[in-house]
Amino acid sequence: MVKFIAGRLALAVLIMLGSAILSFSILTLAPGNAAEAILSAERADDPQLAEVESFMERHGLNNSRLIRLSQWLHMLSKGNFGISLRTGEPVAEEFRARFPATFELAASSMALAIIIALPFGVISAVKQNSILDNVIRFVALWGVSMPNFWLGLLLILCFGVILGWFPTYGSGSIVHLILPTITLGTSMTAILMRLQRASMLEVLNENYIRTARAKGLHEVLVIGKHAFKNTLIPVVTIIGMQFAHLLSGVVIVEQVFAWPGIGHFLVDSINARDYPVIQGFVLIIAFFFVLSNLIVDILYAFLDPRIRYGRTQ
Amino acid sequence: MSLLDIVNLNISFATRAGVVQASDEVSFKIRKGEALCLIGESGCGKSIVALGIMRLLPGNARISGKIFFNGRDLLSLHKKAMRKMRGRDIAMIFEQPAGCLNPVLSVGNQIAEAVKIHENCSGKISRQRAVDLMALVGIPCPCKRYSQYPYEFSGGMAQRVMIAMALASHPSLLIADEPTTSLDVTIQAQIIELLKNLVSQFNTSLLLITHDLGVAAQMCDSVVVMYAGGIIEKGRMSDVFKNPGHPYTQALLKAASGKEPASVKGSVPELTRLPDGCRFHPRCELSQDICRKIMPQMKKGVKCHIQKKT
Ligand SMILES: Nc1ncnc2c1ncn2[C@@H]1O[C@H](COP(=O)(O)OP(=O)(O)O)[C@@H](O)[C@H]1O
Ligand code: SF4
Ligand SMILES: [Mg+2]
Repeated sequence: MVKFIAGRLALAVLIMLGSAILSFSILTLAPGNAAEAILSAERADDPQLAEVESFMERHGLNNSRLIRLSQWLHMLSKGNFGISLRTGEPVAEEFRARFPATFELAASSMALAIIIALPFGVISAVKQNSILDNVIRFVALWGVSMPNFWLGLLLILCFGVILGWFPTYGSGSIVHLILPTITLGTSMTAILMRLQRASMLEVLNENYIRTARAKGLHEVLVIGKHAFKNTLIPVVTIIGMQFAHLLSGVVIVEQVFAWPGIGHFLVDSINARDYPVIQGFVLIIAFFFVLSNLIVDILYAFLDPRIRYGRTQ
Repeated sequence: MSLLDIVNLNISFATRAGVVQASDEVSFKIRKGEALCLIGESGCGKSIVALGIMRLLPGNARISGKIFFNGRDLLSLHKKAMRKMRGRDIAMIFEQPAGCLNPVLSVGNQIAEAVKIHENCSGKISRQRAVDLMALVGIPCPCKRYSQYPYEFSGGMAQRVMIAMALASHPSLLIADEPTTSLDVTIQAQIIELLKNLVSQFNTSLLLITHDLGVAAQMCDSVVVMYAGGIIEKGRMSDVFKNPGHPYTQALLKAASGKEPASVKGSVPELTRLPDGCRFHPRCELSQDICRKIMPQMKKGVKCHIQKKT
């Protein structure tokens, strides 16, 4: 088990290094000049050539890519993500200030998805081909095909503008959280529901389910104890992977609901070509991907005794 | 009175290729303490009959007829009453025991569960009973093995676990569906020996489904031979094996004796396209005109127009 986790950790470090280099390279190859974008955003007219030059000089943007990459990696190794070109604050600070809002949104969406998807996925499988199953499958299909921004706008229009039940933007209370949570959580709920159903259908065909029934076990326990635990192995994997996706999917939803999280800030930074912020945020989001995968691997081991006790073939 | 009395059991499946009649007017009895074996080639409906007795058939199955167990018809029991009989009165073990154990629950836990379902005892007692059962079926170091998981058990050991689980409530009937088919030859002999001892120790009736006619002869008092969903011969073991009436039984025994080719010539017909008349006629050396037109009746334990018992 210890060996297993150590191996995963080593892999995680390698992946982080790769993401750092990748996020740096892609950005420096992208068109657009940071100095021009930022200076013109600060004032009404186009900046003078001299101002642009001095801005680039000040922020080391004239150095070659290789030098800038090694400087950045060197800084990263000390836990320093650099300074935002736009706000002049440390990138890590900007992230820390906005992360709780985003996490709140992602976590509540995930909770919504789990609470709805797991039981309905199970019911759908157990009552396969019933009317209920067909309704659940239809709703799930609708949920995966609905784009986030569209669903968000629809919810705002319906429950915000017409009915006036919920505020349409901003944050700070439970009522603010509801519409963004539904927007962000719907596709996740639909994906999980389908997966839980498929996983349950597969497990119900296994021979050990027949054994459980042959013992005289009540059907509720056959499903809830013997089958459910086995269905969790694939489901937990997807939950972990989707959580990181939520953190990135949040970009659009935060934009639609003016939610003051990292997604909102990231979009503004991209418009301003604020390289240190973009690079830093991308790297931190990558970090959450790696972290959630690591947690999945460990959970996996707890769910599946074959992994827990070190037989890994 | 018989412990188990199956009367005209029909089980069919509606499939895209047509109706599959997996059990066609099957009737046989098992007395208390008797061991009966059900033999026949693969796909002739043996497992389906066994699952029918347990009422654990797949969802697309249609079942009719009567299955009397201690005088009560299992097919007319309420779902809940049937569930209470499973494990307590009738238990079942299967082939490929490894896949029959839940991979995420410890082996001991699964045996203790079987104890608990029908006895309503404390966790501590069911645990102790499970350890005792593991010792009874010959699992070494039962205390240590209790908390291990199925992947840590070989096929033979997994089958011992299944037997422990099946015998947890001392059922009066044990159904063993090819319990040794997937195991190594040496392990097969051990499992058969174990089953034989336990069944006689608890005076459990046994319905054994097997390919191994040697094992059948050694363990069972009577025999039922199935072909393409129907019974073609039944009777006392000593009688049938020494003096088989039906040409199919004769061919099976010849194939098993090792002198002739190892299997019966020809192949089992598709259950959706059964031949008219005697179902065995396309493969039968004795077949005549009547065989192709009219289905023979069961007489003195043999279902054949030509070969008859005296
Ligand atoms: N769920 C099912 N749907 C349709 N046909 C089935 C189903 N289960 C079993 N059968 C058919 O029933 C017949 C008998 O199967 P089985 O009892 O498993 O044979 P065996 O004698 O080898 O144990 C086979 O021909 C099989 O194709
Ligand atoms: S009835 Fe005819 S075909 Fe069928 S087994 Fe007897 S002899 Fe053979
Ligand atoms: Mg079978």
